[in-house]
Amino acid sequence: MRRLAQLVPILLGLSLLLFFWVRSLPGGPAAALLGERATPERVAQINRIYGLDRPVWEQYLDFLGRAARLDFGVSRMTERPVTEELVSRFPATAELAVVAILFAVGLGVPLGYLAARRHLTWIDNLSVAGSLIGVAIPVFFLGFLLKYLFAVQLGWLPPDGRQSPRLFVDHPTGFYVLDGLLRGDPASSWDALRHLILPGIALGTIPLAIITRITRAAVLDVLHKDYVRTAEAKGLTRAVVNRRHVLRNALLPVLTVTGLQVGLLLSGAVLTETVFAFPGVGSFLVDAIAARDYAVIQGFILVIAVIVVTVNLLVDLGYGLVDPRVRLR
Amino acid sequence: MPQENPGPPAETPEPLLRVRDLTVAFTQRHRRDQVAVDHLDLDIPQGSTVGLVGESGSGKSVTSLAVLGLLPRRGVRLTGSIRFGGRELLGLSPADLRTIRGKDIAMVFQDPMTCLNPVLTIGTQVTEVLHRHQKLPRGSARERAADLLDQVGIPDPARRLGEYPHQLSGGMRQRALIAIALACRPRLLIADEPTTALDVTIQAQILALLRDLVTDTGTTLLLITHDLGIVAGTCDTVHVMYSGRIVESAPRGPLFADPAHPYTAGLLSSVPRLDAPRGTRLVPVPGSPTDTLPWDNACAFAPRCTRADALCTDRAPHERTEGPRTLRCHHPLSDPAPDPAPDRAPVLAPGPVPPTATGGPNLLPEDVA
Ligand SMILES: Nc1ncnc2c1ncn2[C@@H]1O[C@H](COP(=O)(O)OP(=O)(O)OP(=O)(O)O)[C@@H](O)[C@H]1O
Ligand SMILES: [Mg+2]
Repeated sequence: MRRLAQLVPILLGLSLLLFFWVRSLPGGPAAALLGERATPERVAQINRIYGLDRPVWEQYLDFLGRAARLDFGVSRMTERPVTEELVSRFPATAELAVVAILFAVGLGVPLGYLAARRHLTWIDNLSVAGSLIGVAIPVFFLGFLLKYLFAVQLGWLPPDGRQSPRLFVDHPTGFYVLDGLLRGDPASSWDALRHLILPGIALGTIPLAIITRITRAAVLDVLHKDYVRTAEAKGLTRAVVNRRHVLRNALLPVLTVTGLQVGLLLSGAVLTETVFAFPGVGSFLVDAIAARDYAVIQGFILVIAVIVVTVNLLVDLGYGLVDPRVRLR
Repeated sequence: MPQENPGPPAETPEPLLRVRDLTVAFTQRHRRDQVAVDHLDLDIPQGSTVGLVGESGSGKSVTSLAVLGLLPRRGVRLTGSIRFGGRELLGLSPADLRTIRGKDIAMVFQDPMTCLNPVLTIGTQVTEVLHRHQKLPRGSARERAADLLDQVGIPDPARRLGEYPHQLSGGMRQRALIAIALACRPRLLIADEPTTALDVTIQAQILALLRDLVTDTGTTLLLITHDLGIVAGTCDTVHVMYSGRIVESAPRGPLFADPAHPYTAGLLSSVPRLDAPRGTRLVPVPGSPTDTLPWDNACAFAPRCTRADALCTDRAPHERTEGPRTLRCHHPLSDPAPDPAPDRAPVLAPGPVPPTATGGPNLLPEDVA
């Protein structure tokens, strides 16, 4: 509960920064809208329409008051309420993020574990080198590379979008994979999943590298702990020692780091969605920034911030579940 | 070397643990092998309590880890023979060793603060060993675990089962670890410095507990320590280890009454004693455990020994038997002192603090009295 209360000042500060940052971008909605045809009179006219001629603090208070009611105004690009845009695009990004995290954790934890158990062998060296490359490779570049190789050249996976064009289904939840299952149409779920693989890998590669590295370091650390020696001295089977004593302790730092990845993941989603023409929150945000669509920028970033903070809060709570020392404090 | 070729006489049964010619070397690329245990022989008869004493780095822990098969498999050269209950342990598969560890041979380690898994309850950590070796179902394992905690003097055991290590004091944790070690009624318990990390008053309690438990259950105990004082109140037989070899073995009485090896004498005079006149200074063994020679063709203790002469740096002393004791020394204190080597100033002068002049077998240091 106290942690929840801490959210309020964080979000207030963030919204303030965000509000003024958006307004400090060169150009402005009017310039973006009018382009070449901009004259001082027409700019002033447009500013008046959107209320941008009022004092900034008044605009801010107005924004805050409505944001508290989940009203972020209307998108200038689409003329639809920002909240509606967000709700319709959020499932796409969420699906992408889940695939990326599953990819990163599902591969990174075993890989890091293996590297630690085979410390200083070629597997270990390979994983260390791999994770160095993994964090260094630009998401943009990796995205294009994957798309070129597996979609364009090999044709194994679709190059862009969320589903194949000929599939027209209604989407009760907006989560396409889920919708297919709900409608008893696994083929369309599979189709949606195939669309998620390449962007998921592109987005998940940096987290994969980081999680591999953290898992490896944590397992190496735990393997030398006295309590692991105690567990071995009890004659427990290898599987029990590894699962109950090694992994359970080693995964504590991995959990924290994974939580931190979620924030990075959402910023990575902006690039990935653009590369794969994936109709999620990120690609829409890029468009909104180009169009100086203040309402969308503010609303989207604020919601993303809420999500990041909430996920970290959940991770902290989860940490308390697995580590009794934290629970009591 | 009387025990070069084993095969005990027919009338003496084979000891519970019989270590022969055990050598443990840590190998590293581009480095000389580091020999931690050097052709070590050690017998632990069934039902005895045996002390293994030596300064830090003498190889005590490595010896015990070798017995349990807990040394890392890579970077370690392990040769010799370790027979337990007539069965050779060296060369057993890891899976076979796992069936022996915790069941037939159990171990209590030095630091109770770090030896328990912080994220598991005490209950889980006690029951898992019962479950593993005795296949006890959950319910009865928990009951038995509560009994065990009660046996080692942990109050309110049923509640403690649900607690985590950080909720217990150091002494309580060590009791819990002893309960874990004794859970499956092992035949041999190895306690490696079980009290070193504890407060002095707690030390005495834990030691008394160990003593009582091994007596009650008939468990054979190998007590490893750097403190002769701890051995004095607990062990029947004492082995003194230096630089990977045992340099003197004797029943407790003779060993404390008149140590024969200069190293034993040095250790003894560094132990506080109740009978010593007030103001007697404790004399540590001079030099440091790192001033050592390889046993190959010298006595490893020679650089720190006041009785050392040219012979000591020239040839390794053989093991010889003198009555109840075995000894590895060219010039034991039972012999007349040799002329000190001309280039060596005696550090441990036999004058003011003659190590043999003090002590008797019943003179216990304060914390075990
Ligand atoms: N994993 C290891 N790698 C390399 N050398 C080691 C390793 N473990 C122990 N040694 C070396 O083996 C020697 C004996 O160590 P050991 O831990 O058995 O000493 P000890 O008698 O138990 O001392 P202490 O009283 O400090 O516990 C030491 O010189 C130590 O440096
Ligand atoms: Mg030790």
